[in-house]
Amino acid sequence: MTADMDSGRSERSGTPILELRDVTKIYRIGNVEVAALAGVTLSVHAGDIMAIMGPSGSGKSTLMNVIGCLDVPTSGTYLLGGEDVGSLSDNRLAEIRSKRIGFVFQTYNLLPRSTALENVELPLLYSNARDKRRRAMEALERVGLAHRARHRPPELSGGEQQRVGIARALANAPTILMADEPTGNLDTRSSEDIMAVLQRLNREEGLTLVIVTHEDDISRHTRRVVSLRDGRIIRDEPVALPRIAVARAAEEAVSP
Amino acid sequence: MTPWITLRTALSSLGASKLRSGLTLLGLVIGVTAVITLMALGKGAQETITSRIESLGTNLLFVRPGAVTEAGVRQSQGSAATLTLEDAYSLLDPVWTPGVVSVAPELQVGGQVVFGRENTSTRIVGVTPEYETVRNYPVASGQFISQAHVDKASQVAVLGSQVAEDFFGLRDPVGQTVRVNGRSFTVIGVLESKGAGGFGGLDDQVLAPITTVYYRLGAQRTAQGGITVQTINLQVEDGRDPQIVSDDVSLVLRLRHRLTEEDDFTVSSQQETIEALEEATNTFVVFLAAIASISLLVGGIGIMNIMLVSVTERTREIGIRKAMGAKRRDILLQFVSEAVLLSLTGGAVGMLLGWGLSTVADGLPLGQQTLRTAFSGDTAILAMTVSGAIGLFFGIYPALLAARLHPIEALRHE
Repeated sequence: MTADMDSGRSERSGTPILELRDVTKIYRIGNVEVAALAGVTLSVHAGDIMAIMGPSGSGKSTLMNVIGCLDVPTSGTYLLGGEDVGSLSDNRLAEIRSKRIGFVFQTYNLLPRSTALENVELPLLYSNARDKRRRAMEALERVGLAHRARHRPPELSGGEQQRVGIARALANAPTILMADEPTGNLDTRSSEDIMAVLQRLNREEGLTLVIVTHEDDISRHTRRVVSLRDGRIIRDEPVALPRIAVARAAEEAVSP
Repeated sequence: MTPWITLRTALSSLGASKLRSGLTLLGLVIGVTAVITLMALGKGAQETITSRIESLGTNLLFVRPGAVTEAGVRQSQGSAATLTLEDAYSLLDPVWTPGVVSVAPELQVGGQVVFGRENTSTRIVGVTPEYETVRNYPVASGQFISQAHVDKASQVAVLGSQVAEDFFGLRDPVGQTVRVNGRSFTVIGVLESKGAGGFGGLDDQVLAPITTVYYRLGAQRTAQGGITVQTINLQVEDGRDPQIVSDDVSLVLRLRHRLTEEDDFTVSSQQETIEALEEATNTFVVFLAAIASISLLVGGIGIMNIMLVSVTERTREIGIRKAMGAKRRDILLQFVSEAVLLSLTGGAVGMLLGWGLSTVADGLPLGQQTLRTAFSGDTAILAMTVSGAIGLFFGIYPALLAARLHPIEALRHE
């Protein structure tokens, strides 16, 4: 982890960890072409915490899918860690998702029949990692859920499920963590917890965070807010004084 | 993904919907059970037939006269009276026909057998003492026809078990006198039963010395003189190639008959008979299996159906797995292995059931006969291979659909 942090820090000042140049994404619905992204240029440096904001239909989810290598741009260049991933095959994209990107979803997207630990193990199965069980357990410890490892998602609260989701995203030690409305289904208190976990991961491990949200409250926890409208960036400004989320440390320790 | 993990994932997915997996299995179980049981029945029938033939004696060659051609019309095989007793004994020559261990000529005529007020029409077979061992006809009581009986053309008879039972019931026929075509014959023995359902009522015949049949019961005479025989049964020495012995026999007979052209006799082997019958029964077994395979096909379609439903239901899961780095191949393998696991389990259960059924059915009475089944390892291997192949064949399309799903669309699926 230390090595990763150092390289992350050194990159922050130099080459960006990801860079989009005039990226477009055009969907064809029948005979109508819809430009979900109409020329987006953006660079993110290692260790950033960035929020992508915008109303629905602004293209923020599409941008997230492109950055997360779930989809490829129609035109433009997307460099991830210096590599052009715009035209890679499905298999190579899957490898990148497996090793370099972690996903956190609004609806958690955990496998309901598998335990928390098994859910966290899932990405490790596809990266052929060694010591799967141990690494999954470590990831759970990092989000403070080691004691819930044997529970299945329906037995966990929303906040806990989302923390399992974060642990799963961390399992393969990615360089970027993509979070799509990570607190969208949570109450204020749990949202604060999730943000605390994410901020701590960024602070202590130098993890780069890209958070898609429409809540100002969440974007205020980041250091940079990119606003989209109609597939274009209309604002890209730093957050003057990012809020620090405080976890319910005491409750976290005693919660069953 | 390692094969072990793929297998474990497939197992837990199948385990999540036990009833559905179980019902899907059932389709294949029934199919495999049907195939296995029917094949066991077919093979059992085949073995019964083979063992019946072998009960007539093993390693035999049969020499029969050729056909007579009268005014250009060829009569049936064996119609010519060209073989004599001398021909038969000449085949015992250790130099010319070293492979022949024993020779048992026979001569058949139809006969009317009368005892008291009972009478029956049956086959009178003229034989020599060798007939007992060559054709495997042990006596149940009394004695067999001896060389002395043959030499003196004695009027003695050995009754087939059916004839003995019809005339004498539970009484011992040995020592009694029966009339055959008007002549008195002393019963000296009774043959052991060959069992019902054989060929041409093996228990319904009367054996007498071949000389007696020839001289007293008016069999066809040969042009050359000497005692005619209809069939020469030859026992071939174990380990000898029957084909070579058959060639030796042909050569000796051609020389004796001074033939330059066509043979006036035919030599056939018991093996040929068995092979011909096995070929026929094989067709029968394959036919049975083909009918049963239809149910396997139905079972396979059931698997495909359930896999398609499963892919639709688990679209979101597929999306999650893809977002977590699963490649197309990983998803493909996962679904294919689920289908194959289903079909192999169905195959294994069906095999066990089929084995159980054929074991239970073995030896059940069926009319006058007993049902025989033969469950073989080959059948088991075949069933498992076919089941696996069915899973693969019917599982590949749903698995391809799953593997081709776009991760984003799959994730959006409700």
